[in-house]
Amino acid sequence: MSTFIKLLARNRLAIFGAAVLGVIILLIVVTPLLPLPDPDATATADRFKRPFSDGFILGTDHLGRDLLSRLLWGTQLSLAVGLAAALIAGTVGAAIGIVAGYFGGRIDNVIMRAIDMLMAFPYILLALAIVAALGPGLLNALYAVAAVNIPFFARNVRGVTVSIAHKEFVDAARLSGMGHIRILTTEILPNVLPVVIIAMSTTIGWMILETAGLSFLGLGSQPPQADLGSMLGEARAALITAPHTSIVPGMMILLIVMSVNLLGDGVRDALDPRLRSGALSRPMAATLVRRDETPPEEAETEAVLSLENLQTRFEVGSRIYRAVGGVSLAINPGECVGLIGESGSGKSVTALSVMGLVASPPGIITGGAVRLNGQDLIGAPYRRLRALRGDRVAYIFQDPLSTLHPLYRVGDQLTEAIRVHHRISRDAAHERAVKLLEDVRIPNARARIRSYPHELSGGMRQRVAIAMALANEPEVIIADEPTTALDVTVQAQILKLLDDLRRDRGVSILFITHDFGVVGQLCDRVAVMYAGRIVEEGTTAEVLDAPAHPYTKRLIACVPELGAGRRELHAIPGLPPAVDQLPHGCAFAPRCHKATGLCATSEIELTGTGRKVRCILPEEDVA
Amino acid sequence: MGGYILKRLVSAVPVLLGITVIVFAIMSLIPGDPATAILGSYATPENVEKLNRDLGLDKPLVQQYFIWIGNMLQGDFGRSFALNRPVLDEVLDRFSATLVLAGAAFILCAVLGIIAGVISAARQYGWADRAITVAVILGISIPSFFLGMMMILFFAVRLKWLPVSGMYAIYGGGDLPDLLRHLAMPAIALSLVATGVVARLSRAAMLEVLRQDFIRTARAKGVGEGRVIWGHALRAAMVSIIPVLGIQAGFVLSGAVYIEIVFQWPGVGRMLVDAILKRDLLLVQGGVVFVAACYVFFNIVVDVAQSLLDPRIRT
Repeated sequence: MSTFIKLLARNRLAIFGAAVLGVIILLIVVTPLLPLPDPDATATADRFKRPFSDGFILGTDHLGRDLLSRLLWGTQLSLAVGLAAALIAGTVGAAIGIVAGYFGGRIDNVIMRAIDMLMAFPYILLALAIVAALGPGLLNALYAVAAVNIPFFARNVRGVTVSIAHKEFVDAARLSGMGHIRILTTEILPNVLPVVIIAMSTTIGWMILETAGLSFLGLGSQPPQADLGSMLGEARAALITAPHTSIVPGMMILLIVMSVNLLGDGVRDALDPRLRSGALSRPMAATLVRRDETPPEEAETEAVLSLENLQTRFEVGSRIYRAVGGVSLAINPGECVGLIGESGSGKSVTALSVMGLVASPPGIITGGAVRLNGQDLIGAPYRRLRALRGDRVAYIFQDPLSTLHPLYRVGDQLTEAIRVHHRISRDAAHERAVKLLEDVRIPNARARIRSYPHELSGGMRQRVAIAMALANEPEVIIADEPTTALDVTVQAQILKLLDDLRRDRGVSILFITHDFGVVGQLCDRVAVMYAGRIVEEGTTAEVLDAPAHPYTKRLIACVPELGAGRRELHAIPGLPPAVDQLPHGCAFAPRCHKATGLCATSEIELTGTGRKVRCILPEEDVA
Repeated sequence: MGGYILKRLVSAVPVLLGITVIVFAIMSLIPGDPATAILGSYATPENVEKLNRDLGLDKPLVQQYFIWIGNMLQGDFGRSFALNRPVLDEVLDRFSATLVLAGAAFILCAVLGIIAGVISAARQYGWADRAITVAVILGISIPSFFLGMMMILFFAVRLKWLPVSGMYAIYGGGDLPDLLRHLAMPAIALSLVATGVVARLSRAAMLEVLRQDFIRTARAKGVGEGRVIWGHALRAAMVSIIPVLGIQAGFVLSGAVYIEIVFQWPGVGRMLVDAILKRDLLLVQGGVVFVAACYVFFNIVVDVAQSLLDPRIRT
């Protein structure tokens, strides 16, 4: 509750709405006490007085009645009617929704069909039909507006009721012999009430507007009684000669509806947990870069892609998560390098940082360099980054169902990948796309190219994604857990395919995975990541056969081996540290059985050349 | 595709029947005796009885309902006593004018609302987003009838750019430019609230879509940002925007009643209000059923559009 109020108080628009509404309510509360003339007292001699003339603050209307007095009394009436309509609609709608949701079955079916029928009307038709039947009048307009809004409440409340009608506490009440009425009032109603209140706060503005509208049409309040709508309706005849008689009530309706809407939005936003976590911000075209210093040009290396002390963090509110805390890694032409680690170790963020694809906000690259053939990509202008994406460096992602566009045919997605980098005709791109699908061994490629992603199997989808990565014959493919979402047999096929492609085309691969088995099949070298840093690096055979870092050793011990006897499986005790509060020194020390006091005192460097380890007590000597 | 359309058309039949039942039920709530209402309180009892018999009001309600439905299916919606002409003729005349007004407003709200929502999402928290957000709040809070009156004051009376009211000029009008000049203000006034709602929901839909994995894939392919936003993201967001457009069509049709009064547009909404004030109930009844039925069909069109966009629905 207190977080709710805090969130609401932070929303400046909602505060503004609350203030305006507060002033209006205060005014109508004190209206009877103010020295105002009778709102219905006509004085034809004083017709159409302008505001601030002859003691009439807001002037007079076509019958010489004081507009300020009429405005305040009219506002009181409009607010009261709107509120009453909301209460009636909320109460009746909630009752219908609770009954439908609680009893379910046929009762639910019949009620909801009827509600659907009511919703098939544009709302005003229903309101007009009701007013036509009952006759014009403020009370009848109120009933009409309330009736028209009942379906909205009934639907919302039914949804909530259905979700709680079979919770344990309701079952318990039923078993203890409570009657339906008591369960509904003591168990269901208290849980449904907040929904009703939120729905009211978001619709009450509408209801005020709708009743004002009916009055404006002459179907609501009848003279001499006047709400804001009928004041505006009566003033319309003199719109051109005495515009102030229209502007005064019109502005008041605008102010009321706006302030109610602002406050209602604020309440809803404060209650919506997704907005609360700030998760609803969209990632920008490229990751933000905030680098204090540009790293110096390195000497020429043969590496096609090299990361140097790359640092990427997420800033969420006042918290800083150092997802990548200084990663250096080089990939040579035609080489396949595995980057392995548990979830949360920062391996995917490292991979996405290369082409600026880390979601930003909240991601920021804060240091280091990513060199493609010697040229730094961090901080490169977006146009250059875009030109290289998919052309020189291509990605394959984890789950092809969510990473392929669901509404485009796979052929269109493939040809697009080609055509954003090469000016070739549609037909030529199409032919190339068919060829690509054949290359990744999709049978019947010419027909498959017209499929939508949901029409393909998981393995086929991932083949399409690989074909897309190959489209422009890139130098580097970054594969971010491309086989994790697939089942084991398909996984083996995809790995075989990647391995063949690599050997045929000489493309370099950075392969992100959490699976040592996969690394063993595919990679020449492997780097192990823990808490945002590389803790060990070497050729695949070296690392797998003789792991040097205690973490690597225990991670390998976690992998079950088929037919390898009765080796005991060891889970690593504890959890990886949260990267917003990394411990001093070795991040693995708290979970390490070899750790001594020295491990936590100072930074531990990655030592060695070629074969590297970040440990002062390595399992194997690497130097 | 054809099968899907057929299925939707068949499913509309019970909805249409439900609409007639609801309208008929509301109309039979009328206190007192319709014949007296038509003939006035000075009518002789014999005349009242005769009229009741002529209108079939002496029969049981269920029978009356089926007679009414049967007549409507044959195109007979009854006769308006105030206008002394068949209800259907009057409704068709008036509805065509409403269709022009509501159609223009609907196109405006869809096009402007989506463009504003997309820009707002793409520039989240930037000045354009803030400006659009404030405009949307104002837009959805201003009563269309008040906005219409203020537009008349400013653009027609003060600046004299546009005609005050009506659909065509009385002398020498009647061509398309004349219609457009008369249409501009009412269409804009009518579309404003709906534009705000569409913009707001489009922004939310776009923000949701822009966080999806397939957007990252498009960027990883090297697709330009313009194409990512207006192609990949908007296409996916349309799946949740189109149903909103269907609902907004209902609001535009509803709001047309007010706008037709303010701008003296000869549409079906103004006809209904006049008919209510004159207690011309057969005209109200026929008009409501006709417009509601049109709305049901429009929603089928929306569903079909949705299925064209999203191949996953069709199967």
